[in-house]
Amino acid sequence: MKLDGKIPAGALAEKWTKYRSSMPLVAPHNKLRLDVIVVGTGLAGASAAASLGELGYNVKCFTFHDSPRRAHSIAAQGGINAAKNYRNDGDSVHRLFYDTIKGGDYRAREANVHRLAEVSGSIIDQCVAQGVPFAREYGGLLDTRSFGGTQVQRTFYAKGQTGQQLLIGAYQALSRQISLGKVQMYNRHEMLDLVMVDGKARGIIARNLVTGKLERFSAHAVVLATGGYGNVFYLSTNAMTCNVTAAWRTVRRGALMANPCFTQIHPTCIPVSGDYQSKLTLMSESLRNDGRVWAPKKKEDAQAIREGRKKGKDIPEEDRDYFLERKYPAFGNLVPRDVASRASKAMCDAGHGVAPTGLAVFMDFAAAIERYGRSRASAQGIHNPDKDTITALGEKVIDEKYDNLFAMYEKITGENAKKTPMKIYPAVHYTMGGLWVDYNLQTNIPGLFATGECNFSDHGANRLGASALMQGLADGYFVLPYTIGTFLAGEISTPRISTDLPEFAAAESETRARLLGFLSVNGKQSVESFHRRLGRIMWEYCGMARNAEGLTKARKMVQDLQAEFQSDLFVPGTLDEFNPELEKAARVADFMELGELMIVDALNRNESCGGHFRTEYQTEEGEAMRDDEGYAYVAAWEYGGMGKEPVLHREDLIFETVKPTSRSYK
Amino acid sequence: MKITLKVWRQKDAKDKGRFETYKLDNVTEHMSFLEMFDVLNEELIQKKETPIAFEHDCREGICGTCSMVINGRPHGPLQGTTACQLHMRMFNDGDTIVVEPFRARAFPVLCDLVVDRSAFDRIIQSGGFISVNTGQPQDANSLPVPKEVAEASFSAAACIGCGACVAACPNASAMLFVSAKVSHLNLLPQGKVEAKRRAQSMVKQMDLEGFGNCSNVTACEAECPKEISIKNIARLNREYMSSAVGSETEV
Ligand SMILES: Cc1cc2nc3c(=O)[nH]c(=O)nc-3n(C[C@H](O)[C@H](O)[C@H](O)COP(=O)(O)OP(=O)(O)OC[C@H]3O[C@@H](n4cnc5c(N)ncnc54)[C@H](O)[C@@H]3O)c2cc1C
Ligand code: SF4
Ligand code: FES
Repeated sequence: MKLDGKIPAGALAEKWTKYRSSMPLVAPHNKLRLDVIVVGTGLAGASAAASLGELGYNVKCFTFHDSPRRAHSIAAQGGINAAKNYRNDGDSVHRLFYDTIKGGDYRAREANVHRLAEVSGSIIDQCVAQGVPFAREYGGLLDTRSFGGTQVQRTFYAKGQTGQQLLIGAYQALSRQISLGKVQMYNRHEMLDLVMVDGKARGIIARNLVTGKLERFSAHAVVLATGGYGNVFYLSTNAMTCNVTAAWRTVRRGALMANPCFTQIHPTCIPVSGDYQSKLTLMSESLRNDGRVWAPKKKEDAQAIREGRKKGKDIPEEDRDYFLERKYPAFGNLVPRDVASRASKAMCDAGHGVAPTGLAVFMDFAAAIERYGRSRASAQGIHNPDKDTITALGEKVIDEKYDNLFAMYEKITGENAKKTPMKIYPAVHYTMGGLWVDYNLQTNIPGLFATGECNFSDHGANRLGASALMQGLADGYFVLPYTIGTFLAGEISTPRISTDLPEFAAAESETRARLLGFLSVNGKQSVESFHRRLGRIMWEYCGMARNAEGLTKARKMVQDLQAEFQSDLFVPGTLDEFNPELEKAARVADFMELGELMIVDALNRNESCGGHFRTEYQTEEGEAMRDDEGYAYVAAWEYGGMGKEPVLHREDLIFETVKPTSRSYK
Repeated sequence: MKITLKVWRQKDAKDKGRFETYKLDNVTEHMSFLEMFDVLNEELIQKKETPIAFEHDCREGICGTCSMVINGRPHGPLQGTTACQLHMRMFNDGDTIVVEPFRARAFPVLCDLVVDRSAFDRIIQSGGFISVNTGQPQDANSLPVPKEVAEASFSAAACIGCGACVAACPNASAMLFVSAKVSHLNLLPQGKVEAKRRAQSMVKQMDLEGFGNCSNVTACEAECPKEISIKNIARLNREYMSSAVGSETEV
């Protein structure tokens, strides 16, 4: 199979504009005859479904949630990037493009990333028009802040609830199309298979989660916007139900999975507290605008803190190691996530960790509180303010900026992080890998498109903060609605697809057999316990640091776990009823298959880049060592069949505009 | 800690339902309320019994999925907190805790603690949006919005659509939810164009869905995990009155 990224010819900055004005169009009366299935109602799915409905297509939209508004995008906290240059700080489309390519450690396609940067500004305009209440300055104009890996302030936000506000904007646009009859919404429906007719994606099999019935849906094209697969690690910052099933089922039907080992570990999450733990909570990257990350210089101090004999604030200034500022003076606390995570892990591995588990460092707001307090006091005409006044005023500013984050931290840990430094540790957060797509966001299966976190396209080996929301909305509002026309223009004379076709019947009965299979094992162990074990293997051997020996071992462990799953799983209940355990069983089974592929991919990639850190490939200072000669390619994997090796297809990455250099944030 | 749970079990919408009692011995104070349910469900599965169905997703208080009435209070005893963010340090060793689904005519029970809240979606579909297509709107900064206005709008937009306000209300009214959406949009200059029609359509749909009338009990505000203010209800009433009386707005 020859992988063609279908990147338009021409100068980088003109590709998209030229392509857009020359791509095939579908006339309005023909759109009315074409059906499109959109699976997922997060930022990527809701925006796509709404926009396609507005254009005139008949859209059927699916979510396993009880409402489109519950998609995991709702939880995004910190913000969304856009190259508006409102601050006049030197931002531009090119700079956003460059930061993203560099941040991704030169493992993304230039053309896709440039397009993303080009449409970023329109996203903000669109959202404001929809009534998204972004943060504003006193003059009434939009406020922005900094995120990691950049030296400009291009991140738009709505307190610590940016994802919620953007998703509600997209949900409202979707709701409007539902009310106009252009989108048919199927809540509590989980896609469990892709139906292909004559080599094209023509429908899905979905389970109605209330009745348990399997249902068939057909369309001329299928769009997946089903999110990321971070939950393969069990513990992650993703919502509990995020899963890979929709994407993985298409891989089983021939779609390629690209760079599955590229996962992002976020440096600032609330550390694990116990075995019963069900998920990890992110403390937004925006906090690194004001939070200074440190660990005690002396191991004795770290130990005293771990044993509860000392507190963070007892450690005098000179005994604190602000290690990000020390190691990376140019970017300081705002280095990209992969760099910050590894630095924190290194401190803990060296014995400077501070939680009882030894796996935490501090993020401290004392300096920011004082700085803001003084500035606000002076703005209010208070001369020589005392310490308490400064603190009170400074804490107020922190509340205004990050209100819900500090509240969330306190609810979970019982500590007030304005008074005592926050404890943080890296956790799985995002997956850069995903379904392989070309420039049109079409997978290698004709008629199957993938948008948002479930595709691999824009972030290379490491995503910059506030760029996932940008990508999801770029794909859904401004890219897919056009590019899907390149496929649908060839389908205008295809009549409505019948769900009575034998392909639908076959896919339905395969799905039924699979689900009945889980129910019939009747062993002893719960789905959850398998998921936890899988997560532990993945985190230990395919997490923040990987090496060939560990990966080889892990592959065998995952295979053994799969065998045990098939022989000792217990799923209560039946197929034809509301049965959350059965839903989970199907998802965990797919996570295991994906987990193995991630390991294979990590083993194949004999280099370190972005979030993929192979301990064998590092510099003397412990920085990632890329191998551009050997690995400047997208690794797109074809499913090989049960018990068979997956097949690697490469798409070479060609850099015409930027020259890959060793990534430095010093 | 030892905890006794009395949980509502109901197989499906047709089942009458009943409370069942469960005893847990190994609850720690750092556990979240839902993690306690995970532990209980694991025990039930070990005994090959049917685990308790409850809804949850983000476990961070933002998705609005979790929905339980804990000791008579939607989302439990802690002010401004969803059930998923409640931690066991709020309870004492030996406590008995009663857990039920949100109860309202417009929220039928589907299974155990899971209810159908799609009525909220239909209310939004009736007018809870600004009618703009994806395209080329004006530059975002060409429309300044005073900071206070943006913040007031944001506070209303912080509603997570959980339905606790309905569960808390003796009339099962959805006025807090509806008024939060109306305020979010109507306060902004972008939302003013359709302000009256929005208020009318959403109130009409709310009535159609079988939610009760608001009689100013204010229990909704007290139980709302996002502390949405009942001032929004007053604002909605004003908007509705001015739009209903002598207006030609078509709904
Ligand atoms: C805690 C947290 C904070 C974040 N903060 C930021 C931030 O500040 N800035 C930023 O840019 N990014 C942030 N991210 C990343 C960002 O939120 C996600 O990458 C992005 O929202 C993903 O959007 P999506 O539309 O691709 O998928 P999702 O929002 O995950 O939506 C997936 C949808 O697919 C549906 N679905 C999935 N499978 C099926 C199936 N089989 N059948 C039917 N439906 C299905 C789901 O129901 C859901 O509707 C954050 C992520 C986390 C975890
Ligand atoms: S108003 Fe409050 S209680 Fe009601 S749905 Fe919104 S967040 Fe929930
Ligand atoms: S699970 Fe998301 S708000 Fe509780």
